[in-house]
Amino acid sequence: MFHSKIFVTLKKSILDPQGKAVEQGIHALGFESVGNVRIGKYIEMDIETSSRDEAERMTREISDKLLANLVMESYTFTTEPFEELTAQP
Amino acid sequence: MTNVKFGVIVFPGSNCDHDAHYVAETIMGQETRLIWHKEGSIGDVNVVILPGGFSYGDYLRCGAIARFSPVMKDVVRFAQNGGMVIGICNGFQVLTEAGLLPGVLLKNRSLLFICKYLHLRVENANTRFTGMSKKGEVLEIPIAHGEGNYFTDQETLKRLEENQQVVFRYCDRAGNVTDEANPNGSLNNIAGIVNETGNVLGMMPHPERAADPVLKHTDGKKIFQSMIQSVSSQFQFVESMVVERS
Repeated sequence: MFHSKIFVTLKKSILDPQGKAVEQGIHALGFESVGNVRIGKYIEMDIETSSRDEAERMTREISDKLLANLVMESYTFTTEPFEELTAQP
Repeated sequence: MTNVKFGVIVFPGSNCDHDAHYVAETIMGQETRLIWHKEGSIGDVNVVILPGGFSYGDYLRCGAIARFSPVMKDVVRFAQNGGMVIGICNGFQVLTEAGLLPGVLLKNRSLLFICKYLHLRVENANTRFTGMSKKGEVLEIPIAHGEGNYFTDQETLKRLEENQQVVFRYCDRAGNVTDEANPNGSLNNIAGIVNETGNVLGMMPHPERAADPVLKHTDGKKIFQSMIQSVSSQFQFVESMVVERS
């Protein structure tokens, strides 16, 4: 079993008005030195396979076709093996 | 008179489906049916309407999940064979996610959901959706969206402009395309585009909300009239071919 964590973010070239609004909030909190706040999405999933290559290939395909819209977003991910029973908190 | 068959796709979360159905059937007098998203076929319709709303609660991204609905396979097939498809608001978002139209609709630059009447300039009156309008004509049609900020890469934008695929632009009352008249930050004030073959239109404004005379605004009717005119003239063309051959 593998566990993938996918981070989807707006491309650098795309204005992120939501991030800008949050940045204003951060400044209002008094953290004036904070900038370039960007909002993204975090998705995690379990993949039943014994092959890391297979798990990564599936994660990439799912991200390309569904999780991210590559016109405006890019993504990064990690895929790690895990045991179902011990991984539950 | 030729009867054009309209099909309105209903996704879970669509909320302008009945408005579109009402306008096509009651105002325009055409045969119209609602098509549940789980249906495998759109049947024998001539025009498919992807209505406004919040399909699948806008989960992940607007329109991202709707494009996997069973009926969308047949809608894509229909569009690729030259069938007329109009996506309104969320329908436009679904069309971009389905790859039938280029680009994407980002969050409005103001971050606000905007619901108001505004003006559109008809940039291309030589389409199957605008044949009853004149180039440069100003239509008053409302918008109602939070994600209508049209974006695409520069290369695609250039191609859209060169091919005259930009059909509607946000403008002021007099028809001037200005930044003040741009409600959401769309590139080049784009409010609606067609695909290269001209049979698929996506637009953020709601023509179905400006078609019933009771609502005082009826500019949206022109888009429905144009579609009916386009399909009817195709029928007549086919009929004339049949007559010629017999």
